[in-house]
Amino acid sequence: MKRRIGIDVGGTNTDAVLLEDARVVHAVKTPTTADVTSGVTDALRRLLDATATPGGAAQGTASAVPRAIDAVMIGTTHFTNAVVQRRDLTRVGAIRIGLPSGASLEPFIDWPEDLAELVRGEVVMLEGGHEFDGRPLVPFDSAGMRAAARRIRAAGLTSVCIAAVFSPLNSACETEAAAILRDECPDVAVTMSHQLGRIGLLERENATLLNAALVGLARKTTRAFTDALAASGITAPLYLTQNDGTVMLASVAEAFPVYGFASGPTNSMRGAAFLSKLTDALVIDVGGTTTDIGSLRHGFPREANNVVEIGGVRTLFRMPDLLSIGLGGGSLVARDPLTVGPRSVGYRLVEQGLVFGGSELTATDIAVAAGLIDLGDRRRVASLPAELVRAAVARMHAMIEEAVDRMKADAGDEPLIAVGGGCFLVPERIAGISEVVHVEHQAVANAVGAAIAQVSGEVDRIFQDLSRDEAIARARQLAEAQATSAGADPRTLSTVEVEDLPLAYLPGNSLRVRVRVVGEIR
Amino acid sequence: MAPRPVSAAEIESLAIGAWILGTGGGGSPYLALLNMRKLYREGARVSLLDPMDLADDARVAVVSNMGAPLVGQERLTDPHTIARAVQMMEEYRGVRFDAVMSLEIGGGNSLQPFMAAAVLGLPVVDADCMGRAFPEAQMTSFAIHDLTMYPLTMADVRDNAVIVARAASWKWMERLSRKACVEVGSIASTCKAPRTGKEVKECGMLYSTTKAIGIGETVQSARRRHRDPVQAVIDAERGRLVFRGKIRDVARRTTEGFLRGTAKLDGLDEFRGSGFELAFQNEFAVGWLDGVPRVMTPDLICVLDTVSGDAIGTETLRYGQRVSVIALPAPPVLLTPKGLEHVGPRAFGYDLEFKSLFA
Repeated sequence: MKRRIGIDVGGTNTDAVLLEDARVVHAVKTPTTADVTSGVTDALRRLLDATATPGGAAQGTASAVPRAIDAVMIGTTHFTNAVVQRRDLTRVGAIRIGLPSGASLEPFIDWPEDLAELVRGEVVMLEGGHEFDGRPLVPFDSAGMRAAARRIRAAGLTSVCIAAVFSPLNSACETEAAAILRDECPDVAVTMSHQLGRIGLLERENATLLNAALVGLARKTTRAFTDALAASGITAPLYLTQNDGTVMLASVAEAFPVYGFASGPTNSMRGAAFLSKLTDALVIDVGGTTTDIGSLRHGFPREANNVVEIGGVRTLFRMPDLLSIGLGGGSLVARDPLTVGPRSVGYRLVEQGLVFGGSELTATDIAVAAGLIDLGDRRRVASLPAELVRAAVARMHAMIEEAVDRMKADAGDEPLIAVGGGCFLVPERIAGISEVVHVEHQAVANAVGAAIAQVSGEVDRIFQDLSRDEAIARARQLAEAQATSAGADPRTLSTVEVEDLPLAYLPGNSLRVRVRVVGEIR
Repeated sequence: MAPRPVSAAEIESLAIGAWILGTGGGGSPYLALLNMRKLYREGARVSLLDPMDLADDARVAVVSNMGAPLVGQERLTDPHTIARAVQMMEEYRGVRFDAVMSLEIGGGNSLQPFMAAAVLGLPVVDADCMGRAFPEAQMTSFAIHDLTMYPLTMADVRDNAVIVARAASWKWMERLSRKACVEVGSIASTCKAPRTGKEVKECGMLYSTTKAIGIGETVQSARRRHRDPVQAVIDAERGRLVFRGKIRDVARRTTEGFLRGTAKLDGLDEFRGSGFELAFQNEFAVGWLDGVPRVMTPDLICVLDTVSGDAIGTETLRYGQRVSVIALPAPPVLLTPKGLEHVGPRAFGYDLEFKSLFA
């Protein structure tokens, strides 16, 4: 039997679940604390206490349970919030290799000035880089790199970003620059842009800069998580969840905090898939203020492959494609004319909603009056006019139906999995939806999603003079090797995404291929 | 009349409008826009010249960045390279230019003359020679009017420079320059055959820069007022909504240097129950509504994000996007028999009699 703990450290709550194989044994919800660690420690203690008591999945004694855990997976919005709130960021040395091309658009070019001022350390642009077909653009300026490394040491910088032109195709310049840097300043943390993937120099460099700015915080946070586990007596390996619904060992992931940016909604959707046993479906997560709708394909969220802004910085990340609307359990309902949301009482619903003794009319109060759910004191909404209740319910249902329809990409009917605290607002019948699926433990779907995460490998490259099938096969081999080195069991690997794009105006049947594979943790 | 200064806000609008006029091709203007923002921050100001104010013997440089949009995402565009192509032509011809203009107003090339002009201190002519984006050299109003197609100068960021001194035809010019462009990494800055003021006035797509700025302003203003930006563009440009839906499937392939492919859409709103198929060849070329040809080149076929009104390129189309397909009227010269020979559906390999949506 495999026992895993999944933890989701959100902005408001820290959720934790214990899974035994495919069964949720116990779930807890605790407030997120400012230091993050104490919230995690608290959640772990409550989870282990509950399962150690008779009636739980006890091993006999409380101390036996922690040792029987096989893996702990944590997903956190901590790093995203650090960028958005401009806190705990490290100043970064930026090295761009690609002159004489791109000289006018230096690193940090399109950043919000307040963020750039916090992160920008030394900025160095050097000759080097490659062409799309692998030829060097110009010889790499290694003497200039040595001088830059000395400047970085003199400036006392602790983290450096290295980005070279076409490094996803040929990373030689970046690795040579990193070697020189380590030679001159051995203690500096280095992020190379080819480690973060895709073609698009500015966006890849931005991701690399953000990553370099977060590695200090990531290291500290990961240590705190490790300490929390140790304090709870857990000896299992710790994994951090990634934007694409997979995990990396914390010791590896702490070098790539940007990969955890969107892990919250991803975990929620993956958890919904797991709890419902569906792999292809729409997922609707109704929270207090907003409703997110995403689409599951092969058990993973369909990704948005366009530009994603994080804290005002343009990046190309693997992010789930989500449609968010301003409707949730705390949405304010106004009369004459009737409106629902987007303003919301949010987490203060339990004080300000009518059924909870407050004075604000919310979506939850309407749902209670309409008999969709029984919460708080039903008598406090008994006097609401029936016509208002009926019209408000119709309005909310219409908002959800329209949003669901917009996210649907298939012409046929498909199921919709409803999760989140406000999922009672989802109508039972929606055009184009075969069935609205409700699941147990839906309130902690995100922590379940963390607990079930797998390991992935991805390749995005240009191949030349190969047939389409050969190019895809080559890309798949590379992706599988990457997943295996990240901790996947090679016997369980499967391909979840293949995308190919022939390139206009490039010779030799150039084909850009992206392949992603996933597998179970070894 | 003196050239009028173009504001930083108008440059922003131009980038939005030009991407829409790109009809799916021409490459995103984003990186060129970043260059212009930087030049303006450093104090540069570019002026826009009414083409009718050009003297008949004025010398006009026609510029464009040539190559694969994907390479442009790594080898970032730089104002000094495009300026270098113009200077090469001046050195080769032993003349000084009075102004620069764009080859194509659609996509990133709308801003290349502004980048060159900021460096060289020249005005930009309010015109181009496509009125949109097209993939090849012979698909211009200058080619339709049989103007001379040579010489061409090409600058690479390294110290490589190529001059195509003569070409037997527009198609030969396309072949020779394309070959050189591939050798230097599939991205290069070019200055096309110099034009006189008279030629620009008689054969150019006049006021297309102002038109692109106007389209951008329409989108921005609609967004500010929480109005529908797609409808706003249709109203302002006397366009037509052709289809609204979401993308069900995208298939792409490269043949003969083109990015060809099709996108299939399922209808939403008033188009629920209908299907639409879009064929592209770098730019959107033909659209079929429920199997019947509905809109075709050279009418401008623009695919916009239904919510934001931002243009979507043929390389960034993807499954699940919610889009509106709109048509804008083509410049009249493209609709003449000679124009249709160069840029009608048959020029792109579709055996269809051209029928304008606006006829």
